[in-house]
Amino acid sequence: MTLVQNFPFFCIILSMFSAIISFVLSGRQAKIVHLAMTGLVFVMSLFVLQYTYMTGSSYTYMMGHYPAPWGNEIRIGALESLMAAAFSLIMLLSVIGGIYHIDKDIDKERQGLFFIQLDLLLASLLALIYTNDLFTAYVFIEICTIAACGLIMARKIGRVYVSAVRYMVMSLIGSGLFLIGLSLLYAITGQLLMSPARIALQKIADTGQYEVPMAVIMVLLTVGLGIKSGLYPFHTWIPDAYGYSTTSASAILSSLVSKGYIFLLIKLIVRVLPYKSIPGAQMENILFLFGVVGMIIGSVDAIKDKNIRRMISYSSVAQIGYIYMGIGLGNNAGADAALFHVISHGLMKSLLFLAATGLIDCSGGRLDRKGLTGAGYRNKVAGVGFTIGSLSMIGMPLLAGFVSKFMFASAATSAPIYKMIIAWTALAISTVLNAVYFMRMVLVIYTPVGAVKASRLKRGAQTDIEIKPESGEKAAMLQKGPLENIGIIGISALIIMLGTYSQVIIDIIRNGFALFD
Amino acid sequence: MVSTFFTNYEEVASCILFVIGMMNLLLQPNLIKKIIGLDIMDCSVYLFLAAKGYIEGRHAPIYVDGVTDAVNYINPVPSGLVLTGIVVSVSVSALMMALTINLYREYSTLNLDEIMMKLRQEETEKLGRLTYGAVEDEE
Repeated sequence: MTLVQNFPFFCIILSMFSAIISFVLSGRQAKIVHLAMTGLVFVMSLFVLQYTYMTGSSYTYMMGHYPAPWGNEIRIGALESLMAAAFSLIMLLSVIGGIYHIDKDIDKERQGLFFIQLDLLLASLLALIYTNDLFTAYVFIEICTIAACGLIMARKIGRVYVSAVRYMVMSLIGSGLFLIGLSLLYAITGQLLMSPARIALQKIADTGQYEVPMAVIMVLLTVGLGIKSGLYPFHTWIPDAYGYSTTSASAILSSLVSKGYIFLLIKLIVRVLPYKSIPGAQMENILFLFGVVGMIIGSVDAIKDKNIRRMISYSSVAQIGYIYMGIGLGNNAGADAALFHVISHGLMKSLLFLAATGLIDCSGGRLDRKGLTGAGYRNKVAGVGFTIGSLSMIGMPLLAGFVSKFMFASAATSAPIYKMIIAWTALAISTVLNAVYFMRMVLVIYTPVGAVKASRLKRGAQTDIEIKPESGEKAAMLQKGPLENIGIIGISALIIMLGTYSQVIIDIIRNGFALFD
Repeated sequence: MVSTFFTNYEEVASCILFVIGMMNLLLQPNLIKKIIGLDIMDCSVYLFLAAKGYIEGRHAPIYVDGVTDAVNYINPVPSGLVLTGIVVSVSVSALMMALTINLYREYSTLNLDEIMMKLRQEETEKLGRLTYGAVEDEE
């Protein structure tokens, strides 16, 4: 065993360990530890990615010297390490992109706690990506939920507690369903590791017994993870949870937390549950249907909402609909597209949240369209970032969003004919709807408001001059340097890179997914 | 059919409890009752697991008197899962309670519907202020 093969385990332990030592550190030190740790995890994941991609194989890593049926293990392949690298990079850039707002939004003495939550979140996401054990997955799902709730309520205003309660209620129902599904699975197979469980399930499916329990297990596990990732009919907590927390938290929650659950679900579908063997269950078609409805309804809700951050949150509902539509297509190309969209949507959504915050700041804290008029001239980097994110969301060529839409459309060609027609229609309608609300916003931020008013708005946001009831409290935040811009520019560059050099990533996803079975 | 329900009464009970707990968690407006619902839901799963792991006439898997044959013991894995699950659910309920305390301090009620109503009022006021500010700007 080479040293590189240990890196995934190091990544998980490192992020947990930095959470533990951050308890005794000050907020500033915890921040440095977090940034260094995330960077290190990213670099290590790249090494693992290079190793697994070069050798073209995957391996399981035994934890605690007990062999398969008793011990716990993690499984590492190209796909897992790609996801780990992408997640840690997005987290790093999102934290950098909102670093002054963390200072502003969260009390000094509680900042350390915020970074502890982030460390734990990364640990649980990495564990969800790598784990090969179902019960470990459940435990880390709960850790992820708790850490995410901590991120939501880090900003100490009444509104976020309500959002956090709503988030917790939906999440806990999701994890409760997952847990009982897991218990049923254990009851009929006697296995908790993924590969033996799959063999046992396949055996049971071949005999034709236990069809009802198997269908129930599939429904429970899928719906549980669907609720937690914000699949359409269970999406009510999303706009609240993403719309009011501090900007890094919103970016990370929308781009990473829900994606961790989706990745786990894809893993379960491919590696454990015999989706194809139970014809009566129809899970794929149900996911497809919910995904398609979510794509449309999410966009319609986004058009109706005036608040820019809630608008971006509703667009998450639509984008998660895309991912589930890809899974529901039921072929490998669809799953590849869904996995690619996990990465590209992660980048786009964190960019949009960061850029939107930049725009809001230079408009005296206004969240509505009227207040944001001309904001693109006042904060140029945020304006360009928001435009790139919006164009990518709509699916402009050369940007990441185009590649994922193209992959979804081409995956639909090899699906059954009725699915192909529905998928194409939904893609077309959803693209038009995306264009309506994102282009409207881009036009608004590039509409000049006249020199006098612009200078007043800018001054109001940047100094202590009171021109609006809101400006006083927001004023302090804008003694900021170039760091937040680095986050926005970095993610924009990544989106353009992902759009132009997409073939490399697609290759890794294809090869990794082929090894998944 | 009915006899199956009677032989598997633990599983039936845990399913009923699970649904009761989940509905409470979802539909109760009172935050404390929501937390109780959550605990009922989690406990029903532990009941299910414990019932699955028990084998009639065998002992707890604790090594005494030099009996090493596995035939004498019940399945230890579900018990381990229940223990882990209890730890998880305790921390989750603690978090929910902390949230409830904070909400009570802020809005002096435990009813989520009332809290939402107050919140909406606050927001309408804030929106009114904002529009007022915008009108002032255009003058």
